[in-house]
Amino acid sequence: MATTETPAPSSTAAAPPALPQIVAHKVERPNTGWTSWVTTTDHKKIGIMYLVLTFVFFILGGVEALLIRLQLAQADNTLLSPQTYNELFTMHGTTMIFLFVVPIWAGFGNYFVPLMIGARDMAFPKLNAMSFWMLLMGGIVFYASIFFSPPECGWTCYSPLSSSNYLPTSGVDAWIFLIHLTGISSLIGAINFYATIANMRAPGLGWGRLPLFVWTILTYSILLILALPVIAAAVTLLLTDRHFGTHFYDPSSGGSPLLWQHLFWFFGHPEVYIMILPGFGVVSEVLPVFARKPIFGYKAIAAATVVIAFLGLLVWAHHMFATPSPTIVLVFFMMSSFLIAVPTGVKIFNWIATLWRGTIEYKTPLLFSVGFIGTFLIGGITGVFLAIFPVDWQLTDTYFVVAHLHYVLVGGSVFTIFAGLYYWFPKMTGRMMFEGLGKTSFWLMLVGFHTTFFVQHAIGLDGMPRRVYEYPDVGNLELYNQISTVGSFILATGIGVTVFNVYRSLKKGPIAGPDPWKGNTLEWYTQSPPPANNFDSVPRIRSVEPMKDIRRQVARQGEPAEPQVPIASASTAPEQGLQPSSGG
Amino acid sequence: MNRLRSALGQTTRNRSRRLAPWLAATFAVALALGLPGVAAADFWTPESGGSPQADAIDNLYKFTLVLAAVIFFGVEGALFYSLYKFKARKGAVAAQIRGNTRLEIAWTIGAAVIVLVLAVATFIQLPAIRIPENSNATEGLDLASSGVAPGVLVASGPQQRLPPNGKSLNIKVNGQQYIWRYTYPDGDDNTLNNPFSYEEMVVPTETTVTLEIQAQDVAHSWWIPKLGGKFDAIPGYTNYTWFKVPAALEGTSFRGQCAELCGRNHANMTARVRAVSPADFEAYIAQRRQDTKAADEAAAKQRKEVEAPAAEQPDADKTSGPTASPGP
Repeated sequence: MATTETPAPSSTAAAPPALPQIVAHKVERPNTGWTSWVTTTDHKKIGIMYLVLTFVFFILGGVEALLIRLQLAQADNTLLSPQTYNELFTMHGTTMIFLFVVPIWAGFGNYFVPLMIGARDMAFPKLNAMSFWMLLMGGIVFYASIFFSPPECGWTCYSPLSSSNYLPTSGVDAWIFLIHLTGISSLIGAINFYATIANMRAPGLGWGRLPLFVWTILTYSILLILALPVIAAAVTLLLTDRHFGTHFYDPSSGGSPLLWQHLFWFFGHPEVYIMILPGFGVVSEVLPVFARKPIFGYKAIAAATVVIAFLGLLVWAHHMFATPSPTIVLVFFMMSSFLIAVPTGVKIFNWIATLWRGTIEYKTPLLFSVGFIGTFLIGGITGVFLAIFPVDWQLTDTYFVVAHLHYVLVGGSVFTIFAGLYYWFPKMTGRMMFEGLGKTSFWLMLVGFHTTFFVQHAIGLDGMPRRVYEYPDVGNLELYNQISTVGSFILATGIGVTVFNVYRSLKKGPIAGPDPWKGNTLEWYTQSPPPANNFDSVPRIRSVEPMKDIRRQVARQGEPAEPQVPIASASTAPEQGLQPSSGG
Repeated sequence: MNRLRSALGQTTRNRSRRLAPWLAATFAVALALGLPGVAAADFWTPESGGSPQADAIDNLYKFTLVLAAVIFFGVEGALFYSLYKFKARKGAVAAQIRGNTRLEIAWTIGAAVIVLVLAVATFIQLPAIRIPENSNATEGLDLASSGVAPGVLVASGPQQRLPPNGKSLNIKVNGQQYIWRYTYPDGDDNTLNNPFSYEEMVVPTETTVTLEIQAQDVAHSWWIPKLGGKFDAIPGYTNYTWFKVPAALEGTSFRGQCAELCGRNHANMTARVRAVSPADFEAYIAQRRQDTKAADEAAAKQRKEVEAPAAEQPDADKTSGPTASPGP
């Protein structure tokens, strides 16, 4: 590669100031094929690898979910053994949270944060590559356990069940190392995002003009930095309890099982917002573009994001209302959980107000965003039920909670992930995804989702606890569970249609061009897919919607409304771009 | 007129085409949910009816449900209306509105007021849920003189709440993989000789039953839906709750099961609470005592025979215990 060398300072004082010279010792050919992926530090390639890997885990977790639903399709079913069933729901929950939803936001963030703020890469590209490979290692360590003994303590791994007395097999250890490896991955990724967003914004891109998706990735990073050390400590204590004779969680030696629950949920509840806030960001980007209208209350949405993150750190014990705790503690966590409903409600109102008096174009990203609002609302409302601690005594640890958490995680996070996928696929690949398949996928997923999970509220209200491998056919339990199982297969079909859509659009999708949606943010300023250096020139940012300004400026100058077409960029002609030149 | 009619027809057709997918989806969901919903009255609400505590939770839940329904229909209505009304049409121009501070402050306050109302409702219902009622003096078990329960209880932990008159039937619940054990009071301080039972708890009607919930291995959770909320049984801790079954439900067996993952057979860790009349309860306790005593005596006899010098009775058959007597 080219290096910059400053000539040795001249001995004569009268000589003119020395200019740096560029000397090329060697021009390396860019890697091609699989080595270009394995050795890359480019944020876009790392982003794509994140997206592909996490989607593979999504499909694995989905297959586990379908097996769970098959077992529950019949009362007193004997399809799966109790052990297999416990292993399946443990792997399902762990996979979806630690290997899908949290890291896929790192994938979208990796690809789009530098593009949206006008940077040429992340602040620490090598650290960025390390984040990705640590995630892969975590996934391998965890999934290797299926060849010996997967963990069977649920994704929460409550002590004392997770202690070596009750689960002596190494599955729990594989789970602990998954937490450590994916935790390190997320932690260094979060530091990288923070440094990038704080330091590498385009000229004029102040905090008040930062795209809302970038705001949410910033908040996501801060929450990860605050929450991950706690779970890392908690699982380390569990590891030493299991293997090195300590008794942090052992009540017979003065330890406390409740300590685990507190540490776990001190991480676990911020984790919920880590998974949903970037989704809020995607919706806040998609709605204005397809309603052709500015986002309603930019400052309120950005502020609500930060307030939700702050309050999200103060509500953890609402997962523990049934534990022996003083009433004052229960009241505190009820009130703090109530409070969090306020900024969340504000966001929903702002999104609807964004649609109000717009001209809404029914493209797939918009459908997923709107489907998210309608569905997430139900999850938010049932969350308020669960926050009332006496009511929670009836609902906690039942299928009502299972329904609630899937309304916020599937209706919330997964729908926004799909909105982001359909919205940004043209930027990442240069081709559009097929609209027909996209809409089919959306409707199948929406109907399948509600059929699967709405009825689960009633299953829980009728007294069926979660994490049971069988249930008696009392009342309508079997009928409700059958409806739920049918729904899960509709949902899976809908996801399958999108997978097929991705595969087909990669080869045959219509050519997108740099700005197919008439977007608002800077990623639409460059080519699709962007060249290795992202931008040849970075424009000065003058508002929240820089692309609108640029389009207006171009229209005023009477030129064709085409964004920048670079003359020679590094990806198309690397040799020319790196021609050695002498002198400044 | 003709033009107007054809324009109307056009609009109707467009509208129906636009609405078709929404309607289809709504119909499908309604079908999936509505049919069983009609069949079971308890589709929307938690189980209740076995105890005043469960009824109070049910009331609080229903109040929240009504409030939630208003919010749900209001917000979804606004969402669907905007989606329908502001679809991109030829010539339509989006209003370039960036916000409205007054409106935004108004709905922030509105949301805060709603949660405040919920908090107040919770605090109003809380005493009825948390604090046990007195037992029914005439129909309930006579706790002062039955000899089954100590006269006046002293709270055994800071979290334990007792009825205003300090009298209740205090049963200890112990969770273990994968069965519940219940220890009934016998009026003295020695807990080693108390009557006990596994899986099925028998309680008198119209009598306040307080529970001390513990676990001896992993965490479990005590839950009989019709009798109230669930309370975790965590090793090293004691949790408390109470219930009182009305006389009308005498003879009912309430079903429940462990609600905290406790291992492979978590699903099989069931619990039942059978409500009987106070007289039947006393008879049941007497029977349990007698059974325990008989079993103790049989065991003592067996032990004596096993420990007897082998030289005196070399015949191995004779040592197999009193139950192994030959006969038809």
